[in-house]
Amino acid sequence: MSTSTQAQFKPKTSTGRITDFVDQRVGGSGILREFGRKVFPDHWSFMFGEVALYSFVILLLSGTFLTFFFDPSMAETHYNGSYVPLKGMEMSVAYNSSLNISFDVRGGLFMRQVHHWAALLFVAAVSVHMLRVFFTGAFRKPRELNWVVGGVLLILSMAAGFTGYSLPDDLLSGNGLRIIDGVVMAIPVVGTYISFFLFGGEFPGTAIIGRLYMMHIMLVPAMILLMVAIHLFMVVVHKHTQYPGPGRNDRNVVGYPLGPVYAAKAGGFFFIVFGVVAIMAAFFTINPIWNYGPYDPSPVSAGTQPDWYIGWVDGALRLMPGWLLGLPMEWHIPLPWGVNSLSLNVLIPALIPAGLVFTLLFTYPWIERWVTRDDREHHVLDRPRNAPTRTAIGVAGFIFYCVMWAAASSDLIATHFQVSLNDVTYWLRALFFIGPILGFIITKRVALALQRKDREIALHGRETGRIVRLPHGEFQEMHAQLDDYKRYKLVGFESPVPEEGIPNENGIVTKTEKRRAALSSFFFEDRVAPATPSELAAGHAHHEAVEAGEETKQVSSY
Amino acid sequence: MGNHSDGSPTSSDAVAKAGHEEVDKFQDPGLPPHRLRLADTDPKAAKRSERQVAILFGISIVGTLLFLFAYFGIRLDQTIATLRLQNTFLGLGVAFAMLGIGTGIVHWARALMPDHEVSEERHELRSEEDRVAAVKIVDDIIEETGIKRRPLIRNTLIGAMALAPLPAIAIFRDLGPLPGDSLHHTLWKEGERLARDPDGTPIKATDVTIGSAFHVIPESLNSLTTGKLNEKAKSVVLLMRLNPEDLHPSKGREDWSYNGIVAYSKICTHVGCPVALYEQQTHHLLCPCHQSTFDLTEECKVIFGPAVRPLPQLPITVDSEGYLVAQSDFHEPVGPSFWERS
Repeated sequence: MSTSTQAQFKPKTSTGRITDFVDQRVGGSGILREFGRKVFPDHWSFMFGEVALYSFVILLLSGTFLTFFFDPSMAETHYNGSYVPLKGMEMSVAYNSSLNISFDVRGGLFMRQVHHWAALLFVAAVSVHMLRVFFTGAFRKPRELNWVVGGVLLILSMAAGFTGYSLPDDLLSGNGLRIIDGVVMAIPVVGTYISFFLFGGEFPGTAIIGRLYMMHIMLVPAMILLMVAIHLFMVVVHKHTQYPGPGRNDRNVVGYPLGPVYAAKAGGFFFIVFGVVAIMAAFFTINPIWNYGPYDPSPVSAGTQPDWYIGWVDGALRLMPGWLLGLPMEWHIPLPWGVNSLSLNVLIPALIPAGLVFTLLFTYPWIERWVTRDDREHHVLDRPRNAPTRTAIGVAGFIFYCVMWAAASSDLIATHFQVSLNDVTYWLRALFFIGPILGFIITKRVALALQRKDREIALHGRETGRIVRLPHGEFQEMHAQLDDYKRYKLVGFESPVPEEGIPNENGIVTKTEKRRAALSSFFFEDRVAPATPSELAAGHAHHEAVEAGEETKQVSSY
Repeated sequence: MGNHSDGSPTSSDAVAKAGHEEVDKFQDPGLPPHRLRLADTDPKAAKRSERQVAILFGISIVGTLLFLFAYFGIRLDQTIATLRLQNTFLGLGVAFAMLGIGTGIVHWARALMPDHEVSEERHELRSEEDRVAAVKIVDDIIEETGIKRRPLIRNTLIGAMALAPLPAIAIFRDLGPLPGDSLHHTLWKEGERLARDPDGTPIKATDVTIGSAFHVIPESLNSLTTGKLNEKAKSVVLLMRLNPEDLHPSKGREDWSYNGIVAYSKICTHVGCPVALYEQQTHHLLCPCHQSTFDLTEECKVIFGPAVRPLPQLPITVDSEGYLVAQSDFHEPVGPSFWERS
C-alpha cells in the first residue's frame, strides 16, 4: 500500500526530487520535519559558542595542513633554509620544519598564524561563552550536565593549546616546558618519576615533542570533537534558552526557524569568523619563532609570556612567595628512610587556585539548586542584574582569575609603567585576596541599583527631557510611559525571598537545613521585587493627586 | 512535593509560590506586533538589498583571485619583507573571500528572508510516566542480576575491576628510565674548565673584570655527541666578579671563590628557568620567568619571589695556566626541588 502512495507522489521541483530520492532510501523526512523548521532564539551573546565551534573547525582545517609539513623529531640537524640569520645553526628537526613551514612553504606562515590565532580565539570564545552561560543562569535545570561538558571543553581547549604551543621546540616554548617539568617534579612521591616518564629521561630529552604531537593532533582533538558532539546533541534535546521578554516563557521558544533564516545567519557567520581570523593572520605576527631561536636550556629572553590562557596558572606561580613570614615554603620532611622535600611554593599555586576555580565551576549548578530548592526547568534566562548574588559571585571569580592573569605579566607591567616590579607583585598579592571580595560587594550593589532603576522606569516611564511649568510655578520633567511590551521586559522576572530552615518530619531543623537557610539569606537577603500593576496604578493616581517631590520620596523609600 | 511547604508563601517551590502575587503581577502581553522592514514594503529597497548581497559575493570572488595572485605571483626571495608582503596578501585574499560570502549571506538573511519570529511550544523533556517507567526498568534490570542479594559476586567484581586497570598503568613503565641519582650529578668535576656559552672557549681568571658576568658551560660539554641538551640543562653556570669584600662566604665556603670571582648555577631553584638577568649595581640575580631574586653577596639567598632555596654555588679555582676550573661538582642537586632531594 505504501508503495502505491509513493508511486503516486511525484515532486515537481529538482530539489524536491533530490529530497524525495534521499528520503525514500534513508528516510530523512523525520529528521527534516524535526529540524528543518526548528526554532532558534537569536541574540548577539549566543554568538560566542558559535565562534568557539567555528574556530575549532578552522583549527582542524589549518592544523591538518600543518601536519603535512611538520616533523616532530627532536633529532639534531643544521638549519639550511631561507632564513639567513639562523643558517648553519644546530637545532631540532621539529624547529627546523617549523621554520621551513614559515619561510619555504608558500602560505605556510599564513597557515601557522591562522592556526595560532584561531587557537587563541577558540579558548577565548569558550571562556566568554561560559561567562555568558553563567551570568544568564543558562546552566540551570535541565542544562546542568551540558554546563559540565562545557567545563570539560574549557580544560580540553587549554590542553590542546598548550600541547600545540610546545611543538615548534623554540626557545620560548622550551622554557614553558621547563616550567611544566619543574611543576611536575614538585608533586610529592611520584613527581620525579612522572617527569622522567614524560620526558623519556632527564629534561629535555628527545621524546617530549613527539609525545605532545600525538596528543595534540589525535587524542585531545578527538576528545574535543566527542565533547562538542555531546554538547550540540544536548542543545538540540533541550532547545536553546531565550532571553526574557514579552511572549517568551519557560514553555515556549521564540526565534527564527532553522531554515532558512537561522541556518543562513549561522552559516554565514562561519565565513565571517574565518575572515576575521584571516585578517589577524595577515596583519598581526603571532609567535615569531625565528626571533626566539632553537631551544637551549641556557638563554631566556626577558619579558617572556605564555599564551594568554595559561597566564593565570603562571601568574599564580609568580604570586606565591617562597618565604612567608620568615618561614620557607619548601619543607624537608624527615621520614624513616631519609629526608624528603615538599615544595609548597610550587604545589600551592599550581594546584589550589585552578582546583578552586574548576571545583566551583563544576559544582555551581548544584550549589545554587540546593540553596534555592528550585527543581523547575528554566528556559528563560536571567538578566544578570536580576540575580544579583549569582552575578556578584561570577564577577568575584572573574576578578580572581584576572588578578592571576595580570600577575603573569607583572614584569611587563613594571617596565611599561616604570614602577617597581616588587611593588607590582605586592599589590597583586593583596588584590588576589581583596579583589574578589570588593568585586562581589560592588557588583551586587550595582545589580541592585540597576534593578531599582528598572523599577523606576517601569513605574514612572522614561525621562523625556521636556520640562513643564505647573500652574503654581513649579517646574517638572515629563516622563513618558512605556508600552506594555517594554514594561514587561523590566518587570517579568522572579525575585526569590530568603527561606527559613524547614523542619523535618520530627519537627527538627537539621544542621544541613540551617546551613541552607543561611546560604539562602546570603543569596536573597537583598532583593528588589519586580514592580506590580497595583503599584503602577497607585503611581498614576499619585500623578494626578500628589506633587512630584513627594512621589520621588515614595519611590526612594522603597 | 513539599508537604512541609504547604501554606508557606515564601517557598520557591514551583507554582505553589504564586499565591497572592499571581494576581498582582504584570501579565505577559505576548509577542510585540511584527514590524515590516523597508525591503518588505518597497520593492526598490528589496532590489537594492539584492544588489548589495551580489556585490558582497563579488568581493568574495575578488578575494579568491587576490589569494591566487599572491600565491603564484609573489616570489619568495629569502627576505622577510617579501615573506610579509606575500603573507599579507594571502591573508587579505582569504579574508575578502570569506567575509564576502559571510556578510553576503547574513545580509541576505537579514534583509530579504522572512524575519517573522515564531513561537514554538517546548514539550516536556520527559513526562512523569516516562520517568517512572525508566526508573522501573533500571531497578528491574539490577534486581534481575541479583547483584544486591549476592554480595560475594559484587565484592569480587569490584576487586577485579579495581585491579584490572593496573596493567594499563604498568605498561607505561618504559616511557623513560628511572631517575636514579642522575639529578644529583652534572658534568662539573675537579679540574673541569669554565668555558663561554655557547662557543666553549675556556675563561682565564684575568679575563674577568670586576662587574662583569659570563654565561658559562663546562668545557667538555660541546664535545658530547649525545644528550648535550640534558647535560647543559643541569650544568649552565653564571660567573661574576665582585669586590672580594662584598662577598660574605659562610664557613666552609671561603675558598669557593677566586679573587672575588664566583660561579653559581644558572638554573632557578623554583621551576628551573635560566636565571639570566644580573643587576650589576645591586648584585642581584633575577629570574625572568617568575621574578625570583637572589642576592649574590649573600651566597644567592632568595630575597624576593617564589623560590625558596639559594642557587647552588660551584666551587672554583684556577689551574696552572690561569684558566678558571671547578674544584668539584655542585655539592647539591641543581634546579627545581623534587621529592627525593633532601
